[in-house]
Amino acid sequence: MRRFAITLLLSLIAVTSSALAEPMVYQLPPETAELKPGPGVETAIVCTACHSADYISTQPSGKGKAFWQAEVQKMIKAYKAPIGEDDAAVIANYLAATY
Amino acid sequence: MRLINRRETLRAALAAGIGAVAAGNLSRAAASEMVDLPFGNGERPLVTYPGKRPLIVLTSRPPQLETPFSVFDEGIFTPNDAFFVRYHLADIPLKIDPHAFRVTIQGKVDAPLSLSLAELRNNFEPIELAAVNQCSGNSRGFFEPRVGGGQLANGAMGNARWKGVPLKALLTKAGVQAGAVQVSFQGLDRPVLPETPAFMKALELDHALDGEVMIAYSMNGQDLPWLNGFPVRLIVPGYYGTYWVKHLNTINVLNAPLDSFWMKTAYRIPNNLCACTEPGKAPSSTVPIGRFNVRSFLTNIADGATVAANKEVGLRGIAFDGGYGVSDVVVSVDDGETWTEAKLGENLGKYSFRQWTAKVALEPGKHRLMVRAANRIGQSQPLEPLWNPSGYMRNVVEVTNVIAA
Repeated sequence: MRRFAITLLLSLIAVTSSALAEPMVYQLPPETAELKPGPGVETAIVCTACHSADYISTQPSGKGKAFWQAEVQKMIKAYKAPIGEDDAAVIANYLAATY
Repeated sequence: MRLINRRETLRAALAAGIGAVAAGNLSRAAASEMVDLPFGNGERPLVTYPGKRPLIVLTSRPPQLETPFSVFDEGIFTPNDAFFVRYHLADIPLKIDPHAFRVTIQGKVDAPLSLSLAELRNNFEPIELAAVNQCSGNSRGFFEPRVGGGQLANGAMGNARWKGVPLKALLTKAGVQAGAVQVSFQGLDRPVLPETPAFMKALELDHALDGEVMIAYSMNGQDLPWLNGFPVRLIVPGYYGTYWVKHLNTINVLNAPLDSFWMKTAYRIPNNLCACTEPGKAPSSTVPIGRFNVRSFLTNIADGATVAANKEVGLRGIAFDGGYGVSDVVVSVDDGETWTEAKLGENLGKYSFRQWTAKVALEPGKHRLMVRAANRIGQSQPLEPLWNPSGYMRNVVEVTNVIAA
């Protein structure tokens, strides 16, 4: 009886420690935000490589072209987004017209 | 492995023109409940993340989750499952092996350290303190004129009991060398593109050695929630959340100020007493953001509520500051003409939320309930909002509109 109890205890310890040794994982919920349709959206989709579309859609509405040009330039200069100047202009126009 | 795969996938998609990301990631979840924050374009989904109750989703990749304001009336400590979440860059850790996890202390030290979680828990005398964490941009959505950035209402703050190892103990054990000036902090999160500046912050050496800056492994008596920096994060009492590096694993003692976008360009405020500029104007010089200013909120009556007229109405709320300690809270029901002293609740430490209560009676009609706190060094809250281009540090006297009937 006592040996059984010890065996049980040891196997419980083994189970517990192997469970603890497992890496832990975290499952994010599915992403649902999408870019709004509009001229240039096929170019602007590059933005969603680094962040979800709600980074854009939650900005104040109607901020206009200067605001969005500055945002796109910040992404290129500060965050090193690989976007050429032609595409940057298309994206800023899309954002200014759509959001 | 999973992390690397994800990073590779994104990079491949970027090279291929992205279609794959759009098609792959945007599977539709069941329609969420929506909330409408009280500013333009403030509609947000409420989503339940693992380990969290339904929270207001500002952004999903990386996750930025805001605490519904009603939570702040539930108690003086913000429950772990309701605590706000803020990441900067989207390659966040989704797999962590707590046994393999190490915190390293390196750089200008005599003996670099690499410490397991067990060593952090067992080999150092723990400290515990109550402290508010607040995002620099908490309440940014209320700025007028509006500014770019995360459009938050007042829910990017929370109060918790943090337990862990004082950074001072780790630095002392490692032996800080002469000439050291700053200590930098980095966690497991990374940018999607390797060229993007990785998130990194620094504190002045004296601050890092103050005995209160902490590597915390426990929050409100439990492990840190994953999205709040499991398994350990930096706690910088009284300072904005930008310094509270999550999933902290690299501490570097520096003999020159940290050369990082996140210190030199981002999270900077106008270099003046109000941290403010004329609306629409850029500051002439800036400094890194630091301590919280004074704030106070009414929590038990929502804006637009109807309350009983000509009867005693109990008001309840919270106040906090950057660590000098709240000394006074006053309330007004007549648009700031007269102010009544509120009663302060238990003092849980100078970095904690402090509860306040007051009793008022209202004549029938509309009223603007106002609350204003002051701290021990005489700082208070402005009656008109201050402005700066980044939308940081809002602390105007809050107004709650009610109808007494």
